[in-house]
Amino acid sequence: MTTTPTAYRATAVAARATDLSKVYGQGETQVVALDRVTVDFHQGEFTAIMGPSGSGKSTLMHCVAGLDTFSGGSVRIGDTELGSLKDKQLTQLRRDKIGFIFQAFNLLPTLTAQENITLPMDIAGRKPDKEWVSKVIDMVGLSGRLSHRPAQLSGGQQQRVAVARALASRPEIIFGDEPTGNLDSRSGAEVLGFLRNSVRELGQTVVMVTHDPVAASYADRVIFLADGRIVDEMLHPTADGVLDRMKEFDAKGRTS
Amino acid sequence: MFRTALRNVLAHKARLLMTVLAVMLGVAFVSGTLVFTDTLSSAFRNQSAKSYDDVAVAVTTYADQNDAQQAGLSQKTLDRIAGLDGVASVTGRVDGFAGVAGPDGKLIGAGWSNKGSNFSPGKGGKDTAYDFVQGTGPVRDDQIALDKDTAAEGGYQVGERVRVATNGPVKEYTLAGVFTTDDGAVNAGGSLVLFDTPVAQALYLQPGYFTNLTVTAAPGADDDRILAAVQPLVPESATAQTGAALADEQAKAIEEGLSGLNQMLLGFAGIALFVGVFLISNTFTMLVAQRTKELALMRAVGASRKQITRSVLAEAGVVGLVASVVGFALGIGLAAGLRSGMAAFGMKVPEGALVIGTTPLIAALGVGVLITMLAAWLPGRRAARIPPVAAMSSVHAIATTKSLVVRNSIGAVITAVGAALIVVGASTGSDGRWTIAGGAFLALIGVIVLIPLLSRPVIALVRPLMVRAFGVSGKLAAQNAVRNPRRTGATASALAIGLTLVTGLSVLGVTVGAALDKMTTDQIKADYMVVMASGGDLDRSALTALEKAPGATAVSPQQAASFEIDGEWVSASAITPGDVERVLNVEVVDGSLASLGEGRMAVAEKTAGKQGWKVGDTLPVTFSDEKKGRLTLGAVYKDTEFLSPVLVDTKVVAPHEVKPFIPQIFVKMDGGETAANEKALVSALGDNPAISVMDKQDIRDEFGGMINMLLNIMYGLLAMALIIAVLGVVNTLAMSVFERQQEIGMLRAIGLDRRRVKRMVRLEAVVISVFGAVVGIGLGSFLGWAIGQTIKSSLPGYALVIPWDRIGIFLLLAALVGVLAAMWPARSAARLNMLNAIKAE
Repeated sequence: MTTTPTAYRATAVAARATDLSKVYGQGETQVVALDRVTVDFHQGEFTAIMGPSGSGKSTLMHCVAGLDTFSGGSVRIGDTELGSLKDKQLTQLRRDKIGFIFQAFNLLPTLTAQENITLPMDIAGRKPDKEWVSKVIDMVGLSGRLSHRPAQLSGGQQQRVAVARALASRPEIIFGDEPTGNLDSRSGAEVLGFLRNSVRELGQTVVMVTHDPVAASYADRVIFLADGRIVDEMLHPTADGVLDRMKEFDAKGRTS
Repeated sequence: MFRTALRNVLAHKARLLMTVLAVMLGVAFVSGTLVFTDTLSSAFRNQSAKSYDDVAVAVTTYADQNDAQQAGLSQKTLDRIAGLDGVASVTGRVDGFAGVAGPDGKLIGAGWSNKGSNFSPGKGGKDTAYDFVQGTGPVRDDQIALDKDTAAEGGYQVGERVRVATNGPVKEYTLAGVFTTDDGAVNAGGSLVLFDTPVAQALYLQPGYFTNLTVTAAPGADDDRILAAVQPLVPESATAQTGAALADEQAKAIEEGLSGLNQMLLGFAGIALFVGVFLISNTFTMLVAQRTKELALMRAVGASRKQITRSVLAEAGVVGLVASVVGFALGIGLAAGLRSGMAAFGMKVPEGALVIGTTPLIAALGVGVLITMLAAWLPGRRAARIPPVAAMSSVHAIATTKSLVVRNSIGAVITAVGAALIVVGASTGSDGRWTIAGGAFLALIGVIVLIPLLSRPVIALVRPLMVRAFGVSGKLAAQNAVRNPRRTGATASALAIGLTLVTGLSVLGVTVGAALDKMTTDQIKADYMVVMASGGDLDRSALTALEKAPGATAVSPQQAASFEIDGEWVSASAITPGDVERVLNVEVVDGSLASLGEGRMAVAEKTAGKQGWKVGDTLPVTFSDEKKGRLTLGAVYKDTEFLSPVLVDTKVVAPHEVKPFIPQIFVKMDGGETAANEKALVSALGDNPAISVMDKQDIRDEFGGMINMLLNIMYGLLAMALIIAVLGVVNTLAMSVFERQQEIGMLRAIGLDRRRVKRMVRLEAVVISVFGAVVGIGLGSFLGWAIGQTIKSSLPGYALVIPWDRIGIFLLLAALVGVLAAMWPARSAARLNMLNAIKAE
């Protein structure tokens, strides 16, 4: 297995976790969610994090994205060390440098699609880059539905709004938490396609947590987590390859 | 089903908290009021029973120095009663006004409660009604005794000289003793001066006469038998009663006196409960909405609609019961607080334990439980309409817009009818008041029904402003506020109701106050008005004294008289000709006021017109002492508030009256209103503490004072509505924050900081409260205008005044309500656990 294909990575690191640990509870009830995880997310790369339930894949994403605190180690987004930041600075960092896509879409029902897309800039008090925003909107194919409210859109369309929202502020990195979890396979494929295109064509960095091998196959690289540790990595994954790898873990899990 | 209801209550403890608080406040007010008035009336009743304990029979008259027909009860009558079988003793009383000057020369006490009476020692030299703590009773004509509190307030010791004013000139007496008494008026904070009996008789009636007699029975004698024996001995104009009957009568009078207070306080409670209904209804609507799936499941497994409604009602019943019990306990505390509060304001209440009857308890529980269940009835019905299939679908049933259409149509019709009635009432003049009241009630209900509809355009109007001022928080807040129009409406209603009442009354009060102010400044040319502090009439000596005061250029009394002209009773003002037009604004229509004098009169325009009297007519007159005469009409003048319809020279009525009745005297001074002039008048009156010299500002305050007091009571009402409104806004926001956890979590994740999350919630609260306030202020101003139209004709110089300053304060208060109410919900929104919130369902 080629676990360190460093030669391939000439680009800079967008986010990096070093010896990252996350422990819940104390003493007997202590649960180690992340156990000294070290991982780099490179600029212009689409990374998928996979693993069985309880493997710590969501926790890893939350810690790296500045949504959750961690017990040990360090996390950097660009040049910023997250461990030393107060809530206010963390909020600002998320606002300015990170984009999010959630499983449950999480759009504001009172705002139109357009307003939802530019919400992060509104919050930051920045004027959106109109050209860029319309490019993003064109890419996700929402041009005709900008004045619709979320309730008037299908699930797939809502998630496309969420993707556009994440892209619109040109963040350094986008995190997706099971972005296709609530979608049917066709809508899911569309959303994943947009994410891949944003990486390929716009040079965006995307990190996505998923349990779906097909979704993972859209990524450039898949990281496998189990029991809070990175157990494997796969470059240029295919759905079948990922599925096989997952089955191996399952078998191991059963025999061990 | 009842068990599910109980479980639901327990499960939603926190969310029912505001409902419980609202019901509790209302119930506390109801039970507090009832317990308080029960306690008060029982205390007064005990006291009056005690003070009539020894009285077998009491004889009372309305004898008055001014009234020649009623002489009172003579010493001879007293002696004859004393000789009756079974009578142990008879005490004669004669009383009237007596003001005590403090060391600063000012009156001690409030004027209307300053009494003077006679010291009437029995066989042992003691007067059983008074217990002397110092010195003895007055037995010489230059001696007096004072009640303990008054003596203490004036700092007077036995042997010192005290200045006492009765209706005549002020006199100095030596303080012979200090006493305590059961007398109700004294215990309620009044003052009492005791004179030697002949002195009191000379001051208040005539030598040898009394106003009242109290008879005590010998041991074993029957009160009724004594009464029967007394009855033939007293004049017809006197009333003889047994002590027991008198005590009963007084108790009844006390009860009637308290019923006004009772009704006012219950009015407050009513407002609180009415406003509370919206809050309760809101809470249950939200609880039902949150439980849609659960309720649908119950329907799916076989619960009937009735059962669902009943379970919601049972839940409300439990909440109402708990809140009522706590509210009742709180009410008892409130009653105790009110009683000590009264003492703090100088109103003395007789001692006695709190009286907690069963009526307040039943009223409290009944009102609390019924109001809560009534308010939960509609949400309960709505719950029953949830289809069983809702259990399967993943989305919450959203309030349909269809029902809002029905609601809006009904609301529009009611509001239109109400507004039309108000306009019709306003245009019909003074008879339109009831039409307006009916219209106001309908309009208020209609607006409450319409409030959800109104919320959208009104808030859309302020939205751009909020976006400019507060950016994204402002924008989100404005949108959140209209997200659930029903909920916003019900929340805003609380403030709208309170502010409708208060704004209406403010507009009216300020307008009437301004008109009265204009009237006094327009009509009164005098610099000073002289009156008795007691509200009684001035002695003639005061008039003579003022006429001699240095600097007085015009002095005219406002002597009230009445006589028959041409067989028609008229009330007249007896004045000083020549001076009257210099102290009052009298507009002469025909003839000349200079003609006034012996055998002459002037008549007001309306009366003259009605009777067909003209200048030059000589009319037959019958005076109050039945003597006949003739008066020639010399002038016709425009009607004014300050003069009766007939004017005569004081000399015309003087021969026909025992004592002139002079309620006030107007004085114009050389140099106008100055401190020196005021001092000159006061000293001309012999530094009499019982006489007030009022300048123009005092006169204005006298007329405007009532209005201000009334307004202040109404502002108390606003405070109550504000408290409930705060609870309502807290409730709504807490629910909203709870429902929008996921959204707030997302906003935090994509970069909205805690401060701005808080601001968003706070702004939503402010928008809702200010919206309610704006609706209330609008409706209130409209009502104020309408009622003003009906009193326009009876108030010269009426012009609508919109009190912008007060309205500004109301709006600020409403905004403050929003900020205060948002404190807790905003904090919990900002502290929300982001990761839990954004997790998919």
